[in-house]
Amino acid sequence: MTHSINHHLSEKLIAGYAAGTLPEAVNLIIASHISLCDTCRAEVEAHEAVGGAIMERVESAEVSEACLSGALDLIRNGAWSALDQRVAAPDPVLPAPLRDYVGGTLDDVNWRPVGMGVKQAVLETSSEATARLLYIPAGTAVPDHGHSGMELTLVLKGAFSDELDRFARGDIEIAHEDMQHTPIADVSEDCICLAVTDAPLKFKGLLPRLMQPFLKI
Amino acid sequence: MLGSSAPFDANDVTPVAAGVLSRGGEGMRTVGMKRVGLDTPEMTEDWVGCLVRIRDNRDEAAFVEVFEHFAPRVKAFLMRGGSDNALAEECVQEVMATVWHKSAMFDASRASVATWIFTIARNKKIDVLRKQRRPEPEDLPWGPEAEPDQADIIGLQQENRQLGEAIASLPEKQRALIEKAYFGDLSHSEIADETGLPLGTIKSRIRLALERLRHAMDNT
Ligand SMILES: [Zn+2]
Repeated sequence: MTHSINHHLSEKLIAGYAAGTLPEAVNLIIASHISLCDTCRAEVEAHEAVGGAIMERVESAEVSEACLSGALDLIRNGAWSALDQRVAAPDPVLPAPLRDYVGGTLDDVNWRPVGMGVKQAVLETSSEATARLLYIPAGTAVPDHGHSGMELTLVLKGAFSDELDRFARGDIEIAHEDMQHTPIADVSEDCICLAVTDAPLKFKGLLPRLMQPFLKI
Repeated sequence: MLGSSAPFDANDVTPVAAGVLSRGGEGMRTVGMKRVGLDTPEMTEDWVGCLVRIRDNRDEAAFVEVFEHFAPRVKAFLMRGGSDNALAEECVQEVMATVWHKSAMFDASRASVATWIFTIARNKKIDVLRKQRRPEPEDLPWGPEAEPDQADIIGLQQENRQLGEAIASLPEKQRALIEKAYFGDLSHSEIADETGLPLGTIKSRIRLALERLRHAMDNT
């Protein structure tokens, strides 16, 4: 299941995820990738061990007696809300964190057409970065665009290719500033991706620029 | 060997060194000499055992032990993240109550107790201080049929101690930066592309634990 993934997270993203300093949308794409990739999940857990080791070593802050009695009260009497039970049924395309954000399976995604057969669904996250699901019909190209920030793209179904490489389910592409690329979906299958940007995209050409308000990016 | 003053590279440590299994608690009571403001070498305490007592016996005495050691650390973490005293203590209570309620989720072949509690505290910080939802990765199956070997647990806990030592022996400047990344408010763009931390062995050990879980999942 995980052996065919060729494009992974960077150490910088992994460390930021472990430390808890990333924007929500970036956390979402990382949680989705490590749901499909044990290599990166092990990396994340190793970096979390750094957090644990530091917690053991830094100077501690004195805690009041009331804090302990309050905690004891919580474990004895606290209503424990079903331990974050996941509700959505399994889905062959959406890993659990995306099902949580969609509020269901792929059938529940609220797609909106954005032209040329491409559909998207913006997922609600904090505003520092944007997460959206993209549906790209087989053989279709997403307009040539550059970035003023970082763009992360995780393939969930099908595959796409751009100037750099080919990306299939589980692969994540990390596109940085100044990188121009034109992702094209494989002809054999429609492609579904999760795309996260931490700054607006810059499209070349008039049509894509007009589309930008609709793409909400 | 663990507590010796000679610097070491955690990457060079053989997983489950022959000495680890046979060595008693006494021989391990030498770590943590460099730490500031702490009274006892707590890293040698049997926190995994406490978690098992909480999980299996709902043992409040074990909970109090864990609380007394970790609550002040969790509080420091939250206050470095910008919380005031009252909010920090409220969050500490909830973090520690989560430890109690989710003790069955703790996997000692993948994390030390300190690491596990750190992740709970980190999630609480994202939730309360950064006011964001925290996306959770897909759960891995975790039940009696996937119970890890004692050797795997000891090995992982050992490597966590060595990682702690390795961090302690980093040059002051580098260690301060890593502490700030995890405990302060360093943004992700300020984190170095390569942290240079010696995580090789711990990573492969966690990887093996994940494979064991996947295997257990395939067989059910
Ligand atoms: Zn990966």
